[in-house]
Amino acid sequence: METVLAFVIGGLYAAAIYMLLRRSVVKLLIGLGLLSHAANLLIFTAAGLTRGRAPVVTAGAPAAVIADPLPQALILTAIVIGFGVTAFALVLVFRVYSTLRTDNLDRMREADA
Amino acid sequence: MIIASVAAGFGAALIAPVVTRWLRHRAGWLLGTLPAALALYFASLIPQAAGGSATTARLTWVEDLGLSLSLRADSLSLLMALLISGIGALVVVYAGGYLKGHPALGALYAWILAFMASMLGVVLADNLLVLFVFWELTSITSFILIGFHHDNEQARAAALQALLVTAGGGLALLPGLVLLGMAGGTFELSELNLQAARIQSSPLFGPALALVLIGAFTKSAQFPFHFWLPNAMAAPTPVSAYLHSATMVKAGVYLLARLSPALAGGPAWAFSVGGIGAATMLLGGAMALAQTDLKRLLAYSTISALGLLTLLIGIGTPHALEAAMVLLLAHALYKGALFLVAGAVEHETGTRQAPLLGGLARAMPWTAAAAGLAMLSMAGLPPLLGFISKELVYESAFELGWPLAVTIALTLAFSVCVSGVVGLVPFWGRPKPLERHPHEAPPSMTFGPLLLGGLSLVFGLAPGLIDGRLAGPAAAAALGAPVALKLSLWHGLTPALGLSAATLVLGLGLLVFIRLMRTRLHAALRPWGSERVYQAGLTALNLAARGLTQLLQSGYHRRYLTIIVLTTVAAGTFTLMRSGAFNWPAADSPPGYYELGVALLIVAAAVMAVTTSSRLGAVAAMGAAGYGVALIYLIFGAPDLAMTQFLIESLTVILFVLAFHHLPPFARLTTVSERAGDAALALAAGAMMTALVLSAVGVQLYPSISPYYVQAAESLAHARNIVNAILVDFRGIDTLGEICVLAISALGVFALLKMPRRKAEGAPTPEADPQAETGR
Amino acid sequence: MTSFILTTTARLLMPLLFMFSLFLYARGHNEPGGGFVAGLVAGAAWVLYALATDAAQARRALRVQPQSLIGWGLLAALTSGLIGLVLGYPFLTGQWIRLDLPGFGAFELGTPLLFDLGVYLTVLGVTTTIVFALAEE
Repeated sequence: METVLAFVIGGLYAAAIYMLLRRSVVKLLIGLGLLSHAANLLIFTAAGLTRGRAPVVTAGAPAAVIADPLPQALILTAIVIGFGVTAFALVLVFRVYSTLRTDNLDRMREADA
Repeated sequence: MIIASVAAGFGAALIAPVVTRWLRHRAGWLLGTLPAALALYFASLIPQAAGGSATTARLTWVEDLGLSLSLRADSLSLLMALLISGIGALVVVYAGGYLKGHPALGALYAWILAFMASMLGVVLADNLLVLFVFWELTSITSFILIGFHHDNEQARAAALQALLVTAGGGLALLPGLVLLGMAGGTFELSELNLQAARIQSSPLFGPALALVLIGAFTKSAQFPFHFWLPNAMAAPTPVSAYLHSATMVKAGVYLLARLSPALAGGPAWAFSVGGIGAATMLLGGAMALAQTDLKRLLAYSTISALGLLTLLIGIGTPHALEAAMVLLLAHALYKGALFLVAGAVEHETGTRQAPLLGGLARAMPWTAAAAGLAMLSMAGLPPLLGFISKELVYESAFELGWPLAVTIALTLAFSVCVSGVVGLVPFWGRPKPLERHPHEAPPSMTFGPLLLGGLSLVFGLAPGLIDGRLAGPAAAAALGAPVALKLSLWHGLTPALGLSAATLVLGLGLLVFIRLMRTRLHAALRPWGSERVYQAGLTALNLAARGLTQLLQSGYHRRYLTIIVLTTVAAGTFTLMRSGAFNWPAADSPPGYYELGVALLIVAAAVMAVTTSSRLGAVAAMGAAGYGVALIYLIFGAPDLAMTQFLIESLTVILFVLAFHHLPPFARLTTVSERAGDAALALAAGAMMTALVLSAVGVQLYPSISPYYVQAAESLAHARNIVNAILVDFRGIDTLGEICVLAISALGVFALLKMPRRKAEGAPTPEADPQAETGR
Repeated sequence: MTSFILTTTARLLMPLLFMFSLFLYARGHNEPGGGFVAGLVAGAAWVLYALATDAAQARRALRVQPQSLIGWGLLAALTSGLIGLVLGYPFLTGQWIRLDLPGFGAFELGTPLLFDLGVYLTVLGVTTTIVFALAEE
């Protein structure tokens, strides 16, 4: 499954980077979203996969094989932060569009100059 | 105490502007007492240092890294420190007369005192890195002092040039010193100098030597870096006398002498140091003859003298080092005096052009007397110190054969001629018509040159004052072995004396014909300026910087991204291609069919997000990919992640949909070939990431910390959900930071949407921008 | 964009979602759940309400300003850290007390729970602030 996921991650990265390279800023935002999926999945996979057991210890019971909690804590943080960033970027784009009337990044650059 | 002696200068620099505002041009007499007191303090350390026990002080900073502010005053350091503080006192006094009424006199004092403190730091430092820090400080203070007349474009260019050359040398010096410290196993100079065998057998020796030499040569204006020094004459004359003759330019020479016990001995040292010194000496001497401006003349002659000092240190025999130390002192005394005299002449007559000056002795008797003493010492006539130093130079040169002695004699004949042009011709003969009627300079400006000239005479008549106490032990420090120096005026009828006589005759002959030779010499020496190399280098650097900036800072996000992604892909691929870097996962669990289904869902969603022309379709596809990722989390034991991801994904899609009301539909903005190129780059990046993940799976370079969390969750965090325990307890401060970021982004969104808006088109109208009215 | 079915469903779902969110928060320390997820569920409930009715009505129903929820959340998290500090431990060191309530059994209260509450409130405030503001455009 690790091999399969490696290809999934590669596909997500490819899609994200292609979208990031677009001139339409909304596509760029979608690329940003895909990029964070790719990065989270990368951390998750690289740390090693464990089927089933969540990282929860049972009271009194001997330690069973459980998933690694550390990458999970990292990713949980990353997901929520990603939401904050996406929301801010989206609203920023929205405001820029309502001022400049364009979503073309090249035109925004001209407006800047 | 010795640390305070360095710190005092910086402290005085801080109060100098205030003192100057209060006492105006008379402030120099007060401010000059500090360097004078320092000079007395350093003089009081001489007997102890001559006895072989240097005064040391140390402030430990980072013990483990061997970083400490350690200072050490042995005879070599004290010789320099005395020159720095003594001439510093005279220059401070002199500047008050020279720049009387100048509005920035206080700043000049501040920078001169700061320079003095930095320079004292250089010569007293016993740690290579401390030395380097002070070394750079002298470059910076020198930059500011050269550019003192900053409303003059030429002065600014000269300041920049001096900075680029000396700081560029500093850039070479730093790695050189670090390599040297690594080769010797210590950064303490006093210990390093005992490790000569270890250093010179180290593979780091070659690069270390080359880099240190570049640093020393740039600072001491050695060929081919000599061109900055004449241009630095744009500085006010007291600065030129102080920095660019007596002290700072000798820092390179000092460094060579200081490190010579550790570095000298091999052919590399002798040929590079001696060869460059000899070339600089001849070139500087010849170029000096071609000048008419008194200060430039002195500057080239200083280059020549620095070359001779370097040559002597390169020779490195006991006699050569003794000669170097006496010459160092003699040169500082006479050259400093002549610079100050040149400044006084310019101050009183309004010109520094040698051909326009004559017969000033009647109007300026004290200046003329100082000039005469300094000139006689520079020309090497008895009974001045210059004579003694010249005899020593010749004697040490004869040890290596007469060709060397004759070459040096030729240079010193140039020097005789220069001394005549500066110290003799302007004061004697028929007075020439001048725009201004010359007067004697004020006492503040005659005091310094008279004292320096007087010292040349005193030390010449009574060389016993310096030989065993200062110059001898200083030479011993440079040699790393004791020497017995005994100076006297009369050596008997030696070959050196004969050569001295010949030098004098040749020099006087040159002086007679100097006017006829100047233009031709000037034309002949032009190609050796190497300043054009500097100009071409500067232009090329500017062009390259502009080109690089235009390439990297285009303002188009796609180009930035393309460069970043390309670099990452290239670097990543290169690393993975190296043998052994790429591996298939060792433990690969066979995928279940539903897991394969999820994987396919994610990939299909990603493809759709890229290809669809509908905004909603793209957002929905992104959301579907996110749900797919959430399912992966769910399958592989991360229910917390799965829940969070489902919710966040839903919220994100809702946000996009809400915003789409106000955003334009997708449009194709690129050509087919642009899209194909982007796609190729994206696929390459994806492939590289896949290879990276495949290689990274299951690799554990360091022991994981997770078992600790698993073990401690219940006992320390009172929690059984380890992920939650990490978030709210073990790494609580990270989470606190994270919710702060979230809060800021939410407030940012709120502010962006609820702020009063400006008009869409054109500049903001006044009522929309109240700051524009009330801001003033 | 109001539809009768959506509005009705939202009204019915709201209490359920809130209870679910409290449940997730309460059990989060020992079972999957926790402040982040619970806050998101509560936020999602309000988002659903805002979409079903309109943002202004949702804002009225929430009674407090969404931004002030963020402030309370951060304050709670900060306080939980300061409690340890006041007691002479490093900032954010967990402090626990054990309560024995007759009839309910043993019960543990600790500053990490307060911290998690802070996370909950912050996440709730952030989601509602963002969505309400955007929905009002």
